[in-house]
Amino acid sequence: MEFFQGLLNMSGASFAQHMVNGISLGSLYALIAIGYTMVYGILLMINFAHGDIVMMACYFAYFGITIFHVPWYFTFIGVIVATALLGAVIERMAYRPLRDAPKNSVLISAIGASFLLENLANYLFSGRPMSFPDIPLLSQNIAVGSIKIQAISLVIPVITVISLLVLLHIVNHTKTGMAMRAVSKDYEIARVMGINIDNIISMTFIIGSALAAIGAIMWGIRYPGITPYLGVMPGLKCFIAAVIGGIGNIKGAVLGGFILGLGEILIVAFFPELSGYRDAFAFIVLIIILFYRPTGILGERTTEKV
Amino acid sequence: MSVLLVSALAVGVLTGCGGTKKDAEKSDVIKIGVFLPLTGDNAAGGELELRGIKLANKLHPEVLGKKVELVIADNKSDKAEAASVAARLIERDKVKVILGSYGSSLSMAAGNIVKTSKVPAIGTSCTNPQVTANNDYYFRACFIDPFQGTVMANYAFKNGARKVAIIQEVSNDYAVGLAKFFKDAFIKLAGPDSVIEVANYQTGDKDFSAILTNIKAMNPDAIFAPGNFTESALLIKQARQLGITAPFLGGDTWETQEFISVGGADVEGVAFSTAFDREKATTAEAKKFLDEYVKEYKGEPSALSALAYDAYLIAIDGIKRANSTDSVKIRDAIATTKDMEGVTGKTTLDKNGDPIKGAVIKTVKDGKFKYIDFVDVK
Repeated sequence: MEFFQGLLNMSGASFAQHMVNGISLGSLYALIAIGYTMVYGILLMINFAHGDIVMMACYFAYFGITIFHVPWYFTFIGVIVATALLGAVIERMAYRPLRDAPKNSVLISAIGASFLLENLANYLFSGRPMSFPDIPLLSQNIAVGSIKIQAISLVIPVITVISLLVLLHIVNHTKTGMAMRAVSKDYEIARVMGINIDNIISMTFIIGSALAAIGAIMWGIRYPGITPYLGVMPGLKCFIAAVIGGIGNIKGAVLGGFILGLGEILIVAFFPELSGYRDAFAFIVLIIILFYRPTGILGERTTEKV
Repeated sequence: MSVLLVSALAVGVLTGCGGTKKDAEKSDVIKIGVFLPLTGDNAAGGELELRGIKLANKLHPEVLGKKVELVIADNKSDKAEAASVAARLIERDKVKVILGSYGSSLSMAAGNIVKTSKVPAIGTSCTNPQVTANNDYYFRACFIDPFQGTVMANYAFKNGARKVAIIQEVSNDYAVGLAKFFKDAFIKLAGPDSVIEVANYQTGDKDFSAILTNIKAMNPDAIFAPGNFTESALLIKQARQLGITAPFLGGDTWETQEFISVGGADVEGVAFSTAFDREKATTAEAKKFLDEYVKEYKGEPSALSALAYDAYLIAIDGIKRANSTDSVKIRDAIATTKDMEGVTGKTTLDKNGDPIKGAVIKTVKDGKFKYIDFVDVK
């Protein structure tokens, strides 16, 4: 009843604005979720530090542009490179030594890496929020009738789709991609077949972290406050997006991101009195998915071999 | 080798002696606990208050012939952490008075501990009435939310607003309290249907586009949005981006440099209530504070630093009048604080331990905070 009333009360312009907001948020979630799901798809390991890598990338951009006055386009390239390196370092320090350890140990190591990054950022950059550098070209407003769209909101979906296509190409049509799929199926056998699995796994982290950096830049321009705990909520939300779509499935992550982003916006649009429970929506969806379709919407049903 | 060892031992013994001697001298020191968020979401506010307390300690380093030693503890902007940090200050560090915290939730988390251990605490900028209500050991240097909410409701009405929307940070006791008292006062002024919407968001939220799109369709005259300064700055930025032109009103948490640096040009023209402005700084103590602050920190002091400075002065004044280092006696003296001259004016504490004093209304103009009005208590 409430729902229909909400629909009736809403003007076309408001609804269109809500859809624009939802697609903007959804594609941002999708972009970060791709990196999450890719690492899982290949290593079967949830990289809980992914959200914190996003946070570090925001600080890199801040230092590049605000402190060292490097032009933003050069800074963004630098940020992607630096973040990719950070991802490789984390893999080398926190995950490689545990290659043959039980999965739970790696998971705990991932949580440790996440806390380490948060506290490191807190120590180095202080807890005081900093402003992500303003790039007028991307933060300007475009008006379509009464609907307002920030330029970045148009850029994000495009970047998300490009990242998706590039990634699908790498995984499905290159030699490295083939090796990645082999490592994902069975890394013992892959090793026997002469694949240098350490290199392949490093490569996975480098690509995943580069995607996190792209996500971070988009995030920072859209929501320009940087704090050491910036990555926690996006990390959780994008993890949920990845699970909704089917963790390990790259297309699924994009789908999950859009479902989550649109859902979060539309629930407030139709039920304004639920505005304080928006985060609960994401977690309720997660619980429902885990109950009825634990492999996610696009995930394959697999049975663990005993 | 053995000579080295012996001399090392000797040094050890000597310094050991030094240590015990120093312990004996401890009675010449009176410890005051500083209980502030120095990391986490509220770190910027905590840092400004720490500056005020350190400055007060520098200018007033002694009381009853004893040196005042500050024990600085970080409550990490976390309610659970706050309770254990307060307990540590009392049990391990044996402080006589606690100053802090920034943030009502954090102060409330420590409420029970100061009450049961009978150590008085003086809040710096925790404005929720619950902090001092039913707690004989909690006092504060700042005005309270009913007053602040009422001031802003009057200000909005006086400037022509007849229907307003409220956006509150629902997980923050401070914001919810301010919003409630604003709503009550505004309904009294402008009629029962004058508050057209109360929307909620959570601490740490970054995207406010959905609630703002709803509010835009209602076209309010003004939006009251009390909350943490980072979220508030992002909220106002997104509102302007969506084409909402109604003025934003808020509370004293907005008075931090980060509010302007994150909000940029979009926060120009907002209005908020706060405790202090140099144009209204008339006491001798205020002049001393302003001069020393600029010398020490090379910048304009904020209300938070001024309030923290005053909290320290209230503590020192209480200890002086109690003429004792006994926490209970100090508490009784603080409870009778009257016309204590501080930076934010003369402070008299009422029976709840809340000060009776006026509020300043400020705005942001050309990237700086600017005084626009003063509202006295009736």
